[in-house]
Parts: sequence; structure tokens; C-alpha cells
Amino acid sequence: MSGSQVTDKIEYHRVVIHDLQDFDHWRDLARQAIQSDISPERISWEENGATGDLFGSVATRLPSPTSNRPVRANKRYMDLARRAFLHSDPRRFGTLYKVLWRLQSEPRLMEDRTDGDIRMMDEWARHVRRDIHKMRAFLRFRVVDEAQGENRFVAWFEPSHHIVRANARFFVERFAAMNWSILTPGGSLLWDGQMLQEGPPARREDAPQGDAAEDLWRSYYASIFNPSRLKIGAMLREMPRKYWKNMPEAALIPDLIAGAQAREARMVTEGAGRVGKRPDTLTGIAEGIAACRDCPIGGLGTCAVMGEGNQNAVLMIVGEQPGDQEEMAGRPFIGPAGQLLNEYLREAGIVREKAYCTNAVKHFKFAQRGKRRIHQTPTAKEVDACRWWLESERALIRPKISVALGASAARSFLGRTVNVARERSQALTLDDGSELWITTHPSYLLRLDGAAKAEQRRAFAHDLSVIAGRIAALCHAV
Amino acid sequence: MVQIPLLERLEILADAAKYDASCASSGSVKRNSVGGKGLGSTDRGMGICHAYAPDGRCISLLKLLLTNHCVFDCHYCINRKSSNVKRARFTPQEVADLTLTFYRRNYIEGLFLSSGIIKDASHTMELLIETARILREDNDFRGYIHLKTIPEAESELVARAGLYADRVSINVELPTDAGLKRLAPDKNRVQIEGAMGDLGRAIVEAKDARKRFRHAPRFAPAGQSTQMIVGADGANDSDIIKRASGLYGTHNLRRVYYSSFSPIPDASAVLPLKRPPLIREHRLYQSDWLMRFYGYNAGEIAQAADDDGNLPLDIDPKLAWALKFRERFPVDVNRSAREDLLRVPGLGVRGVNQIIAARRQRGLRLDDVAKLTVSVTKIRPFICTVDWRPSLLTDRADLRKLLSRPEKQLELFA
Repeated sequence: MSGSQVTDKIEYHRVVIHDLQDFDHWRDLARQAIQSDISPERISWEENGATGDLFGSVATRLPSPTSNRPVRANKRYMDLARRAFLHSDPRRFGTLYKVLWRLQSEPRLMEDRTDGDIRMMDEWARHVRRDIHKMRAFLRFRVVDEAQGENRFVAWFEPSHHIVRANARFFVERFAAMNWSILTPGGSLLWDGQMLQEGPPARREDAPQGDAAEDLWRSYYASIFNPSRLKIGAMLREMPRKYWKNMPEAALIPDLIAGAQAREARMVTEGAGRVGKRPDTLTGIAEGIAACRDCPIGGLGTCAVMGEGNQNAVLMIVGEQPGDQEEMAGRPFIGPAGQLLNEYLREAGIVREKAYCTNAVKHFKFAQRGKRRIHQTPTAKEVDACRWWLESERALIRPKISVALGASAARSFLGRTVNVARERSQALTLDDGSELWITTHPSYLLRLDGAAKAEQRRAFAHDLSVIAGRIAALCHAV
Repeated sequence: MVQIPLLERLEILADAAKYDASCASSGSVKRNSVGGKGLGSTDRGMGICHAYAPDGRCISLLKLLLTNHCVFDCHYCINRKSSNVKRARFTPQEVADLTLTFYRRNYIEGLFLSSGIIKDASHTMELLIETARILREDNDFRGYIHLKTIPEAESELVARAGLYADRVSINVELPTDAGLKRLAPDKNRVQIEGAMGDLGRAIVEAKDARKRFRHAPRFAPAGQSTQMIVGADGANDSDIIKRASGLYGTHNLRRVYYSSFSPIPDASAVLPLKRPPLIREHRLYQSDWLMRFYGYNAGEIAQAADDDGNLPLDIDPKLAWALKFRERFPVDVNRSAREDLLRVPGLGVRGVNQIIAARRQRGLRLDDVAKLTVSVTKIRPFICTVDWRPSLLTDRADLRKLLSRPEKQLELFA
């Protein structure tokens, strides 16, 4: 294993290391060399199979130690050396020996992190630690069916340093009840639930090429990624490209990045809503809503229904959206719910013709069932898209009192989700100082039965009578 | 009802979970699967990031929502009641199976489970706990489990969560009361902090019991954490840092996470459309670090902020503080105390430790310091060594400009 030769009376030595993961063996050789008083310049450490040695054929084997004196190495040195030994840098053994040599006369050497050799060792140890950590992180098992119905989990990994054995314990402890193999170009590990064996170097082809769970994992990876916060540098720092080829999810990365910027840009423009000058006549608004395609309801091929009524109204009544009959006639509140509303308005003493009636959403949203068009509730987003038009109407009519019938209408005033039961029967002040009253939509009353029906109808009538009182008070005050 | 296929539900519920910043799998007890019938291990120290997404974030845990149905209507949340997102749900068994499938292939360290509120808080909490129970009891899973607890649930349930989970967390969501009231109308601070307090006490009690009884059950050995959303309300950085510092103090939290509000599809109208610059979140994490490892207190961080109470974006908070308190510098690397060295911008904990070890050997020169740090140019104005005094450099008016990096094109990605 080691050789030595005499040249010009100075003896040079050559030591070949066969097992690159066996630190303890190296330590024994190094101790022997120090006890024989061989200075770092006179010894060449080589990896098994490495070509070209420093001293050519003039080097000789390592002699038996000439003395039995103790070799000094503190714990700091041992900890650092044990890690640095596993590095793939060809200079590692030489440097480790040199530091051990120096330690004999400079006992506090390890504390001097500004020393070149120590920093070198430190850096190697850090690289090795990182490689060990990355192997734990980026290694991926794939399942193979074995005989007797047992699964074996097989992984292919390419470490940068000689760390496989150092990592074995981690995988044993984590996957103790599983059968697994880890294949690497430098050797393999096999675990059968009881015993760990080391195997020969392997090739990528020896490992399975896929696993059924990888589709799930890939879609998880793509979904957990937040496209509005691209930080490619941060990703590359922690997961350099060299690992990608053995990670099933990494194939997605280029597409995810490409799609990300486009996705966020789209999100911001979609959310921005309508901007620009508001129409200054109701006719302008009517033309605007007829052409509006800001939300999908605009694209259903129906006619928009504009509000109608007194342009100087004190009271503005806002419903949810035109229904089937309203859409065909092009007028708000003429279907069954509208008729019920008329009844209650009359009862409360409110003259509908004096008010202005409109809807939160201007187009009819429906689902076709045979010949019938079934009403569909507009989504929050659709209500929000149409808000701009209701605000434009309010800006022209300037009602002192607005009545929102139902949650959709209330949302279009307040821009938030409203719990009608909680917020009804009280005046809310809007930005322009006018009053908003929230109550149920008459179509709700049509759907109810029994006691609930009677109770809700009473509450609705009560709300309208209170509102009528407010109208009277405000008109009187003017 | 037709069931959505598993793959699609995974997409929906992972997508819904991605706004939770935490993915840490660290700080638990040492545990492994040797001698058990299941699998998994955890380490006392750092967790493992099994992958990184292009957003630079670590993927350590399978982060999922049990369901994204929710009866709450928090404006900043994509899963709020009034949002148009597609809804889906998992059964506890499905989540447990997914976790095990992924864990066996070494994709993850464990599970981070949260949920929208279905029916009511306690019912939801029970489902979360049931998932953890299936993993721990039925499958002898010894990996990491992080459960998001729901402050509105019964406290008895929250206590049970801690028996299965390594870490429990409750989000405070917004740094100010006003913000919470406006953006999360269904939540309230008293309830959130009350639940955090309960958890904190349970953790301390369990630790105490372990000291006396070897077999006392562990309770959330990795402690509790929380998350705040940055940039959705008007709170400035000083407010946020003070709140975080208060939380660290009163509830003994392991971590406070800051999540930059990011534009969500189908956003609510009361939210700002654009997110705050990502660098702001980064500055907050830096200040958090300063508080936890560098001996700064919240007041000192606030001193580093500009007049509007926000931390400067072009320089890090440590440098900002040093520029404001120049009379504290230069610091002599050969003589000064550790606390003072830790205040030097550009010197980290590691660098300081190495300087202290090395200076026992001999007087350090500027060259020596350069070897122990990343950039000596950045530190130079704030230190003296055997052969170096910054003399006028520390007092130069344009020092900030000299030290701040040229405006990077971060906004390119904004």
C-alpha cells in the first residue's frame, strides 16, 4: 500500500488510499508517518487509480514508526478532518497531513481561521456537509415491485464528494421499515429492513426510470409555486442545476418561469376593472352597458337592461339583475318579483314612478334548461365588474336614499360581502353622504313557505315603511 | 355530486395553501423509525428542503388545505367565501395517504395541514386532528407534522392538536387591529391571541412535565409560529416589527413569518391591486433576524426606519441603523465586545465568532478580517484593526451611497 525510496539521502514516501470513505484508516497511516518524523514535503498521498504521482518512481513505502510518541490532534481537528477527508479535491490528504504535522508544534492552530490551510479544510468540510445535506434532500426513490409482492425503493444519486457511507445512517433511520437501495457511481447501499450492505458502483440505467407517484408530485410542485414572486436566483443558489437531472419535478421549472410573468401581468390587468371618464347622460350609460363585456355575463348574447324612472329621484331602488321577462322587455322589475315589489311599495306609500329603479348587474345571467332560462346568481366578481355602471348612475341621479334589495345589490354599493340579515333595517352612510338601506330581495319572499314566509314578508314591509318615513322626513326637510 | 379526481384536487388545494409562508421542518425533537413499523425521522436541528420552487421558496412539507371551502370572508384570502375559486376537499385519509406516498419517495419531510372553515371551527379542527391521528397512530408516522390551528375552535381541540403535531401555528394575519377589523371581519384579535396564549402555556407545561416524568406526552415540541401579511393594510414596518417583537415576548413564539400580500386571482375590491415590493418582506426578515440573533430590540429597528416608519429598501436594516448611529463606530475588532462586533454591517454571527477565536492568537490586520468575511469593503468604514482606521470614512455624508448596491432590476419581475 505504501512505498518509499532514497534520493540524495532524503527519503520520499508515497501512500495510496484505496477506500476514499475510510477516514480511520487514513488517520492510522498519518499517525504512523508523524511518528516516523516524515515532513509534509516528503510524503505524497494518492487516490487509488489516480495517475501521475509527485515523486515518480523515486518514492518509497512508509516505514514502520521509529518512535512511539503520542501524536497530538485536538477534537476540532478531528471533526474538521473527518468531513474534509470526504472531499473530492486531490489535495485533501496532503493538506490534512500538513495541518496535523503543524499541530504538533502549534497546538492552537485550529483556532486561527485566517490561516490558509485551516480555511481550506474549513471550506472542504463545508462543501462535504452541504453535499451530505443535499443528498438527503434531493435523492428520489422510485418503486419497483419485487417478488413476494414486496416493494423496493430504488434511488439513483450522483454526489459531488465521497459521502455515501457517511449518509447511510440517515437513510436507515428514516426508512427503517422499507426495503431500499441507493445507487451511485461510486458504490451503492442496500437495506432490507434488517441489514445494510454496500454494493458495487452502479449506472443510471440500473435504477428504475419512473414512478406512478411522480405525476402527483409534479402537479404539487407546480401548484405550490407562487407565480407572482419569481426569485430564480434564490432557487438556483439552493438547488443548483447539477441536481436537476435526477429530480422528477425539475423538468417543469423552465415552463413555470416563462409562464409566471405573463400570469401575474394578466391578474393585475383583469383586476383593474374599468377606468376612464364616466358617461354624463343616462343615455350614455345605456349605450355603455349594451356594449359592456367586462364580465362573462356580457357575452351571453342577452340585451342589457338599463334603469328607469325619475331622473331627479330622491329614492333609488337597486335589485340584483334583470330576469327572464325583464330581459325580453328591456325594463327592470316587471316580472313576478317586480310585481310583488310594486305591491309592497304601494302598501308602504312609496310611489314607484317617483323613484329610480335599476339593477346591480345589467345583463341577465342564466342557465338554459330546455326552453327555459333559469336565473343564476352573479358572482362577487361579476357584481364588482358592474359596480362602475351603478356608480355612474348614482353620480347622475344623486339619490338621497338608496335601497339595496338583496346581497348582490348591497355588495355593489359597499364593495364587500354583506350579510343582509345582520345589516338590514338600518341606515348606512355612503361616501357621498346619502343613506343606504339594505333589505331582502322580493324574489326571496317568493321562494319561502309557511311561517318563514309570513315573518320575512312582515320584516320586508316593515323595512319599506321605515324607508318611506325617511323619504318623507328628507323631502320635508328640503 | 361528481368527485373531482385526486390529481385535480391536489392542484386546487395545494394552490390554495401556497400563501402560507412557513414551510419549516426544523426545531423538533430527534426521532427516527428504527424498531417501528412505520417510517420517518426528524432532527433537533435544521430541517431539510427537498426542493425549491422558482419563487425561491423551500418545499419541505406537503403543504395542503383539507378544504378551501370557507365560511369566513377575509378580503386578502383567496379562499374567502365570496371568492370565485374552484372548491375541493380531501378526506383525512386521503391526505394521510398522500403524505405517506410522498414521504416514502423522499419528496418531503412531513405534512403542513391547514383548512378553510367548513360548518364551524371545531368541526374543521377535528378533521385536521383526525388526519394527524391517522398518520401517527394508524401508520406510525414519525416525520414532521405542522398543524394550523383555528383560534375559534374549542380549546380542548387545540390542545389535542399539539399531541400529534410537531408544530402548531395560529395566524395573526394583520399587524394592526384596524387592519384586522377591515380585512378580516370574522376574526378578532382577542380570540387569536387568547388561543396563542393557551397554546404557549400548554407547550411550557408539557416541557415542564417532561422534566419530571419521562413518559409525559410531548406537546408540539417544535413550538408555535405565526404569520403576518405585509402590505395589505396601512401598517408600516415599525408597527410590524413591534407587533412581532411583542408576539415573540408574550407567547414565546419560535418564528414570525411575514408574507408579502400578493395579488390573488379574483381579488376583493378593498385590496391594493399591486403587491408591495418583495424586497420589503426581505427587509422585515432581516430585522427579525437582527432581533433574534444580533441583540437588537424592536425600538432599535424602528430607529433604523425612515421618517414614514418604513425600513429603507435600498440598504439592509443593520446598515441603516449603523448609518444613523455613527458615533458607535468604528469598532475595534481586536478589543471590542461581541455585542459591538455584531453591530458591524457586513459581519455575521459566524464571522464574529471567527474573529473572536482568531484574535486570541494575534492582533488582526485588515487582511485577516478580509479572509473571514464576504466583503471587507462594506465593513471597512465601521472597524479598526492593527493597521487600519477609517478616519474620515465613517463620517462621510455619502457613505450610504458608497455602500448601497446599485439599484437592482428587481422590479422587472414585479
